Amino acid sequence: MASKKMSDGGLPVIARFEVRHRNYLAPDGSINRPLPAFASDANLLTALYRAMLLLRNFDRKAVALQRTGRLGTYAVSLGQEAVSVGIASAMRAEDVLLPSYRDNGALIWRGVKLEEILLFWGGDERGNQFSGPVQDFPFCVPVGSQAPHAAGVAYAFKLRKQPRVAVCMFGDGATSKGDVYEAMNFAGVHKLPVVFVATNNQWAISVPLRLQTGCETLAQKAIAAGFIGEQVDGSDVVAMRAAAEDAIATAREGQGPRFIEAVTYRLGDHTTSDDALRYRSADEVQARWKEEPITRLRSYLVGQKMWSKAQEEQLAAECHERVEAAVERYLATEPRRPEIMFDHLYAELPETYAAQRRQLAGDGDA
Amino acid sequence: MPEVTLVEAVNLALARAMEDDPDVVVLGEDVGINGGVFRATVGLQTRFGPERVLDTPLAELLISGLCVGMAAQGVKPVGEIQFMGFLYPCIDQLVNHASRIRNRTQGRLTCPMVLRTPHGAGIRAPEHHSESTEAMLAHIPGLRVVIPSSPERAYGLLLAAIRDPDPVVFLEPTRIYRAAKGEVEDNGEALPLDVAFVLREGRDVTLISWGAMLKETMAAADALAADGVAAEVIDLATLKPYDEATVLGSVAKTGRCVIVHEATRTGGFGGEIAALIAERALTSLLAPVARVTGYDTIIPMARLEQHMMPSVDRIVTAARKACQFS
Repeated sequence: MASKKMSDGGLPVIARFEVRHRNYLAPDGSINRPLPAFASDANLLTALYRAMLLLRNFDRKAVALQRTGRLGTYAVSLGQEAVSVGIASAMRAEDVLLPSYRDNGALIWRGVKLEEILLFWGGDERGNQFSGPVQDFPFCVPVGSQAPHAAGVAYAFKLRKQPRVAVCMFGDGATSKGDVYEAMNFAGVHKLPVVFVATNNQWAISVPLRLQTGCETLAQKAIAAGFIGEQVDGSDVVAMRAAAEDAIATAREGQGPRFIEAVTYRLGDHTTSDDALRYRSADEVQARWKEEPITRLRSYLVGQKMWSKAQEEQLAAECHERVEAAVERYLATEPRRPEIMFDHLYAELPETYAAQRRQLAGDGDA
Repeated sequence: MPEVTLVEAVNLALARAMEDDPDVVVLGEDVGINGGVFRATVGLQTRFGPERVLDTPLAELLISGLCVGMAAQGVKPVGEIQFMGFLYPCIDQLVNHASRIRNRTQGRLTCPMVLRTPHGAGIRAPEHHSESTEAMLAHIPGLRVVIPSSPERAYGLLLAAIRDPDPVVFLEPTRIYRAAKGEVEDNGEALPLDVAFVLREGRDVTLISWGAMLKETMAAADALAADGVAAEVIDLATLKPYDEATVLGSVAKTGRCVIVHEATRTGGFGGEIAALIAERALTSLLAPVARVTGYDTIIPMARLEQHMMPSVDRIVTAARKACQFS
């Protein structure tokens, strides 16, 4: 970029940096470069495929529930399923995930039940009390504010010499926040076992990437924090899995943090409360459908004879069944008495609030 | 027992907590080799190592957010914010995370952290170094806000804060960091949180304050005693949740109450106490509840700061007026 050139005046260059881009599968499912070793494992590839398809089915049902008044505002992953699934698939159970509110795919992979995710979006804290790894963080709604937590979690791992990794996920908008930079900077200083993943889906609600940053890549933001940032085709689940494996292994070995910029596209609205046609054209979205991750992986799998039409039909039925069963359990969740809003305020409820609790419960006059 | 200053008592409590519990970690700007700008952490890094006493980058939001992450892992972080005026970037972390991660996850994750910060004016510090915005913090559900007024209470309450399973903001009255001296036995014994301390008993008027203002409040009680007025002085000590029973019990006895705080008047914590008394002790009152507070101005820079803060005279005048009312 011409504007970034300065006259050198014979001044020496004291540092040079580079950012690499990772991609294996082209949008049509053909191969751009030799695949990583794990890709010969048909079971793993089909597991990634199943997880992405389940997520898409789940999203569709969640939106239907929202439209019919049975769920609150919901954030779909449409078009970016490969990011959360690819990342989570490379984590170990004992690692800690710090997700943003659009990372359902990672939670599901890590064992959170579908009905628990529905409970969260249905306005019930029990959704965060989930069946995933007990130290995983809940969805983070204030954008990017979970990044310092990830650094703190990773610091605890390092302090206790535990071979665990914190994985922090956020969107392109979050990279504009000081929280994210402050966390990355600290992680760089202490070479912490943490991987930062920015899902660059091009849009932060209505604000396009070009208004979010003047950088060519988000990955280069890691350079300022002293570690490697890699740009990955976030619609290629093979690339996401490979990048995550590499970054997580590096972090686990004590070689410090990594940053992954997953370049993808949000094919859906920001949430069910959003109408993306207010700020971007249907043509733009239509064009990006050609890159989406599920068709891409299916084309590859079918081409490799790893996946058949019969399997596809069976999977569709399984997804439908699993989602419907989860919805039934969600809708059948017993309501709670209102005074439970006091029960996890403190380890032990101070008397002054206990009086308010009694009032709410209808057996006090406070 | 050795006599120590308030800041030395803070240091003793930190060292004791670190000695007793390997999970306690101290972090902040300049807390390591420098021992903190007020020397509250002096000697800790040498004794406990740079992993447990770490100098963070100059980023307050980070310090508070790191505490949340560490605490979720069962580490017990004690973060230091160099001055209360630099605490504000931490508000997002305190409101959205520290105070509510227990509730958000229904007890799955908790936040046993302490955030320490110097509180108040009166040391002729530069701009932004003299804040007393404790009421802002006391408004946050799920948080504890604690402020000692003597070396003994600094030691005992800080130990309690560190051992508490929930997040505590621990405000340290800068003006009496060194001016307050007292005997402290480094015996590892904590004082109770959520409990007010009656520093002086009296039957005529209740004076309620916290932190450094107790110095003026106690002096006012002395002056009133010379006039034959027996003032009861309460150190609130924990502002959130505060000890309503002790406040109400005292007002039931005296029928008169003067609340003293350095912070600005409107929306100050004195209003909360006055409202409690109005709701629950109106029939005991012999005079309107009075507030002696900082004026509703920006805390002036060094040359005028003394004029903003409540003086002994203002407290005495308010107490006399209450006594003369009926």
